[in-house]
Amino acid sequence: MSLTNLLTYVGLVAVFPGFVFTAVVGLLSSWFDRKLSARLQWRVGPPWYQSFADVAKLLGKETVVPAGSAKLVFLGAPFVGFAAVVVVSTILWMASIRPDGAFVGDLIVVLYLLYVPSLAIIIGGSASRNPFAALGASREMKLMLAYEVGFLISAFTLVVKNGGIVSLGGMVAYQQASGPMLSQGISCIIAFIVALIYVPAKLAVGPFDIPEAECELISGPFTEYSGVPLAAFKLTKAMLMCVLPVFLITVFATTAWSPWAILWYVLILVFVVLIKNTNPRLRIDQALRFFWGPVLVLSIVGIVLASLGL
Amino acid sequence: MRTTIPVGPYHPLIEEPELFRVVVEGERVVDIDWRTSYMHRGIEKIAESKTYDQVVFLVERICGICSTSHPIAFCNAVEDLVGVEIPERARYIRSIVAELERIHSHLLWLGLAGHYIGYHTVWMWSWKYRELVCDLFEKISGNRQSYAMIKPGGVRQDIKASEYGGIVKAMDELEPKMNMLIGAILDDPVMLARLKGVGKLSREDAVKRCTVGPVARSAGVDIDVRRDYPYAAYDAVEWNVITQTDGDVLAMAVVRLLEILEAVKIVRQCVDGIPEGPILEEIPEVPPGEGIGVEEAPRGECFHYVRSDGTNCPYRLKVRAPTYSNLPSFRSRFIGERVADIMIILASIDPCYCCTNRAVRMEDGKPLRMLDEKNLLDLSWERTKELERSFPQRSRSWLEI
Repeated sequence: MSLTNLLTYVGLVAVFPGFVFTAVVGLLSSWFDRKLSARLQWRVGPPWYQSFADVAKLLGKETVVPAGSAKLVFLGAPFVGFAAVVVVSTILWMASIRPDGAFVGDLIVVLYLLYVPSLAIIIGGSASRNPFAALGASREMKLMLAYEVGFLISAFTLVVKNGGIVSLGGMVAYQQASGPMLSQGISCIIAFIVALIYVPAKLAVGPFDIPEAECELISGPFTEYSGVPLAAFKLTKAMLMCVLPVFLITVFATTAWSPWAILWYVLILVFVVLIKNTNPRLRIDQALRFFWGPVLVLSIVGIVLASLGL
Repeated sequence: MRTTIPVGPYHPLIEEPELFRVVVEGERVVDIDWRTSYMHRGIEKIAESKTYDQVVFLVERICGICSTSHPIAFCNAVEDLVGVEIPERARYIRSIVAELERIHSHLLWLGLAGHYIGYHTVWMWSWKYRELVCDLFEKISGNRQSYAMIKPGGVRQDIKASEYGGIVKAMDELEPKMNMLIGAILDDPVMLARLKGVGKLSREDAVKRCTVGPVARSAGVDIDVRRDYPYAAYDAVEWNVITQTDGDVLAMAVVRLLEILEAVKIVRQCVDGIPEGPILEEIPEVPPGEGIGVEEAPRGECFHYVRSDGTNCPYRLKVRAPTYSNLPSFRSRFIGERVADIMIILASIDPCYCCTNRAVRMEDGKPLRMLDEKNLLDLSWERTKELERSFPQRSRSWLEI
């Protein structure tokens, strides 16, 4: 690999469309969430740079490691999750910008990498030896078990529908050739609904903010975190807020690199914010029942319909 | 595996210091123990060195939320002691102030309850509607909280005829909003899923644990000081005591929500029926003797006992805030519940822990003696020295700061 190639790859991952770009869009999205929530609650809300200021402030704060914690794991976990999101965002954007490009990565890799931030939260929380963090981590684990099954099934509904294409570039090219997946039958619409419900659960925002329920668990797995590791977690969350809608847009609607994508993106964000502000937090058992009941049934109906060609 | 989750003494959610040791197995609560009285302020003791008129201001500061309940209960006790009848107009004004306070207190609770179950929209909306009442108080008394309206023998300030319109207007504005809020909360399936059947208090337990106020009423115990021992103008207006039968968190919410509507009703009738006349019956001196006064605070029965030795200061003042009666109901309500429901059950009695604080020194399980100011100071110095001994480094760094 020549030096130019290497530099290109580093640039792709670190600046555009990887880390810097996704972080900026993600932090702006998290501001959008905060502002819209505030307006819905008759508050004024923060200025647009608030999320950036929060992260910048955290970077300058002291990092406290609780006595008795597994130090390496405790400090390492946030960055593992962070790295996973950076890679996933790079793969997603590249698939949209150059569907026919040689950039590696397919649906399965993306799904795997999307697990990693949640795993990092669980591991980091457990490593901190705090009872609130331990409870939060166990809730995160249960929540993950709850939402992932339906989401995986809905993702593979698309693969069944498009005749076995799993590479993201291929999926984008397929949609460019024969129209967005959403217009290709009822099974894809069902899969999209399931995936939409997955977004707030994955982001752990209301009504699924169960792992970090501030009223019960202070802030769950993040209770002991401070300074740079906390900033890494915050940034990971913000970037997920950008990555998840982009993923949905890429596989369901259009490429993420078109003007229509912006409309889709805002609509998905608005959906998440509205759900968050019109529901109290569910209990973990209620969330499990919800995802393993109606949502799972819905996703199975979707994949069955897809295999029937609907 | 059993884990103890400490809720307090400093918890980000609860604004007062108190400690609940919740023992959990997984997500289930198996035991609970609590400690309050981190914030003993010695109010009963201070009251003995203040004149009757000054004590009103003192007891007004027992609670920041039901800040007119304690003065009314205290004045009821003094008036009981002296045997004085307060003027009609003062009765009505007391009712108006007390009911407005009930509205803002219940709205405050509703907001906090929303916050505790992660429903921030309810929190912000009910606190916005509460502003209407706080603004009204500012117009009437000059203060949003701690209105200083009550005085032994009547009220300190009159409500001017020009202010009636404002009160009625605020009530007209509030009522549809309350109906909307009540509908939005009670028709929300997710809300019901979170509140129904949670932290159940049986009728027997409610009686056995001596619960008062909305907590008792939600479990089907039909008690209300306003009806049972009428004071102020409550016997002159039409209103209902709201009761429910389930005793769960939902029932407690329903009782409070419907009480807001009853309070609106009472305020309207009081403004309509308020007679002209004096607002104060002067009490020239307080004879030796004792008196009791009760008031239905938003949280339940508030009880004051006053003993006089004939001087201008009470010889003894005894206060029992409603939270003190409601706290013991926790144990029977917690066992078997989930961790996620801890906060909302704690909140369901609308607690005011600092109002309940007591200081009794125990030795071998027996109360030794009541502590006076000097003893308390000595104790606190002793404790500081103990802390300095056990954390020598840390206390030095505190000094450096």
